[in-house]
Amino acid sequence: MIVAIATCGLLAAGCGKDEQDGGTAAFASRYEPLPSGTTLIAGATVLTGTGERIDDADVLIRDGRIAAVGTDLDAAGADVVDAAGRWVTPGIIDVHSHLGVYPSPSTESHSDGNEMTAPVTANVWAEHSVWPHDPGFTTALAGGVTAMQILPGSANLFGGRGVTLKNLPGRNVMDMKFPGAPHGLKMACGENPKRVYGARSQAPGTRMGNVAGYRAAWIDAAEYRDKVKAAEEGQGEMPKRDLKLETLMGVLEGEILVHNHCYRGDEMSIMLDIAKEFGYRVGTFHHAVESYKIADLLAENDTCSAMWADWWGFKMEAYDGIRENIALVDRAGACAIVHSDSAIGIQRLNQEAAKVMGAAARVGMDIPPERAIRWLTSNAATSLGIDEQVGTLEAGKMADVVVWNGNPFSVYTLAERVYIDGALAYELGNEDLNPVTDFSLGTSAAAGGAQ
Amino acid sequence: MIRQVALIGLLALAANAPAATTAIVGGNVVTVGPQGTIENGTVLIVDGRIAAVGDDIRVPAGAETIDASGKVVTPGLFSPLSQLGLVEVPLSAGPTDGAQRGERFTAGFDVADAYNPRSTLIAINRIEGVTRTLSAPAPAYPDETGGGHIIAGLAAVVNLGDSEALERRSAAVVVSLGEGGSQFTGGTRAAAWLTLRNALDEALDYREHKGDFERGMRRPYVHSVADLEALQGVINGNTPLIASVNRASDIEVLIDFVSDYSVKAIIAGGAEAWMLADELAAAGIPVIVDPTANLPRSFDRLNARLGSATILARAGVKVAIGDGDTHNARNLTQAAGNAVAHGLDWDEALRAITLTPAEIYGVASTSGSLEVGKSADVVIWPGDPLELTNYPDQVFIKGERIPMISRQTLLRDRYLQSGTPPAYRKRQPDAQP
Repeated sequence: MIVAIATCGLLAAGCGKDEQDGGTAAFASRYEPLPSGTTLIAGATVLTGTGERIDDADVLIRDGRIAAVGTDLDAAGADVVDAAGRWVTPGIIDVHSHLGVYPSPSTESHSDGNEMTAPVTANVWAEHSVWPHDPGFTTALAGGVTAMQILPGSANLFGGRGVTLKNLPGRNVMDMKFPGAPHGLKMACGENPKRVYGARSQAPGTRMGNVAGYRAAWIDAAEYRDKVKAAEEGQGEMPKRDLKLETLMGVLEGEILVHNHCYRGDEMSIMLDIAKEFGYRVGTFHHAVESYKIADLLAENDTCSAMWADWWGFKMEAYDGIRENIALVDRAGACAIVHSDSAIGIQRLNQEAAKVMGAAARVGMDIPPERAIRWLTSNAATSLGIDEQVGTLEAGKMADVVVWNGNPFSVYTLAERVYIDGALAYELGNEDLNPVTDFSLGTSAAAGGAQ
Repeated sequence: MIRQVALIGLLALAANAPAATTAIVGGNVVTVGPQGTIENGTVLIVDGRIAAVGDDIRVPAGAETIDASGKVVTPGLFSPLSQLGLVEVPLSAGPTDGAQRGERFTAGFDVADAYNPRSTLIAINRIEGVTRTLSAPAPAYPDETGGGHIIAGLAAVVNLGDSEALERRSAAVVVSLGEGGSQFTGGTRAAAWLTLRNALDEALDYREHKGDFERGMRRPYVHSVADLEALQGVINGNTPLIASVNRASDIEVLIDFVSDYSVKAIIAGGAEAWMLADELAAAGIPVIVDPTANLPRSFDRLNARLGSATILARAGVKVAIGDGDTHNARNLTQAAGNAVAHGLDWDEALRAITLTPAEIYGVASTSGSLEVGKSADVVIWPGDPLELTNYPDQVFIKGERIPMISRQTLLRDRYLQSGTPPAYRKRQPDAQP
């Protein structure tokens, strides 16, 4: 028992059990859902996120959870939302956001996303930089985003821990933390680390320098883990707590998920080998502009790719971007995700998916809406390790739900109602309901809700 | 010998003659001109120009006929602001040509001399319907290698075809004002206005006293002769200033400035322009709007919002749509579609990415709509061009059928089958297995 507590304490919030037990780990989630009743969203086209589409279907929400999805549901006493002509999907999840750490306005004083002081900063946590009053949270909500991972930037080989948030306003980041969600570890391949540190005549200055840096850190982490394990078994002294190695050890123990910024297929292939060398899993490659070149390898390794629909060419490692990337990854049976990395892009991830659907259709890959919606719901939930709680409209899951005023893959469609844990968190045009951040008071956004 | 050459020339002409006439028939033709939208219409292209548009056009014998029934036919898209042809890979990948550091030249810096019609970006964007753009210099913001000037230089209208791409040199002069301008002028936007006024004052003085200046009988100018010559178009009212500006108070100053100097201006960005919609309409200042830029990314943009294109257009402001992106200039249709989602009329939105940009850069007599006599820049779409899932079936630039191929489609085709692409297993022709 004492040993177990020691391990939990050591891994702090990396220890999900401690949080779920209402334990005292530092920075544990204090998220509280809004009060909610029983709601029946009736008569909609429902994309469940499991790959299924049900026409003229109902979604029943009770006690903040999905109670049932089907046709002609019996829901005595429920508030009925007539959703005829509407489409319903799970809440949108963005696995790659910098809201709060690179907030609006973009000022030097609030630029807190990159600890560019050393190539290995696995000790820093993005949540300690999140400014909850970033107006980007509320505009993302208007785009149907109910949860997101906030990541450190990509200047470093190991940028620090990412945090998954529920998209409800909070006075501090703990109020927003997704209960029980594992931490992520941001890693970065390629141009950014070598440019940032190479310019200072410091390692890494090349891609081979990058790889040497990852391996050196994993060697330290493995040694630290061995010492901790031995001490837990009564052999040797418990090493002094080391925040950096604690995070890396969390990865080796499978408690922290790797989110690896990596554009090129050849570099991703090398990263997969490093993971094998040290016995960890690459959960998700981010940006992954060339995943289409190694889609079979990614499927084999059970590694997700989080991708833009069409960003390309802004640097060499993005030069081979193609519109069909996400579709080709999906077709290979690998986990494909559309992500934003942008406070503007996060507001319409559905549109990004639609552009891919159209491009794929040109070359004979017909991707129906019920399949594409997985890229921004269930696959994203898998990447973040929250797929037991959200990502699909299945009974028992948290009722994070979006009602769209049309097909979500049309440019003209807007999110009409967004539910988080069964409570209406946003409604198109409802100034009384929609959140306004402290920062936005007195601006046009305050006058019209999230605009 | 001479006769033989002449004969070959004639034969070549004869062979080309039928191909020079193309009829696109049966489509839903959105002309963006006075003819409006024509169902089951025909667009007749002869020698690179639009020869006829209507629902009762006789197709000449020998014309190449393209069946567009069930399709939508529009003018080519016109990106109102990009750096196409100037930039390949902007970060850590060698020089780019779109921004000039140092203060040696200001308005005289002309990107037209750097324009590369064979850039890989051209094909990638034109196969998605972009046929023209204003290729514009960008401000060289100060960094450790120095900085540029609030006046970034001269922009050019180009077509994205394979030949004779330059349509209009000196189509606009790009200038940074507001917070952007303040970065060049010691940290205050007031000094940016001072700098701009001084430049125009010198250009005016130079115009009136050119002879004296050349004889050395006039005070020295801060600007070079090349700059002052370039600014003549601005003070004569032929070349608009593209003012990169967002804050409402700066826009108020701009309105007065335009009136004081009798120059033309176009606002790029204009996050808070919607707050002065009536004033801008009265002043005749168009705005290039990015319809999705709704965040207060700086204190100049505190009142950024969705729907600003709608507010501006309803007040009578000429609205072009574009976010200034280069690699993805092709996403113009998505931007226009989002403006429609927030209230802009569909026809207005399509106009904002076709005819309006042509108008504000003075090239509407030759492009921007499907009207007789204009350049045959035509796009055939499988459906609504603003819908995200629709990509062009075929693009024409100056009547030329553009190969619907780009470096990206070639990469795609190489990897369409999974595993190692066959291209990686090529053998020398004479090698035996």
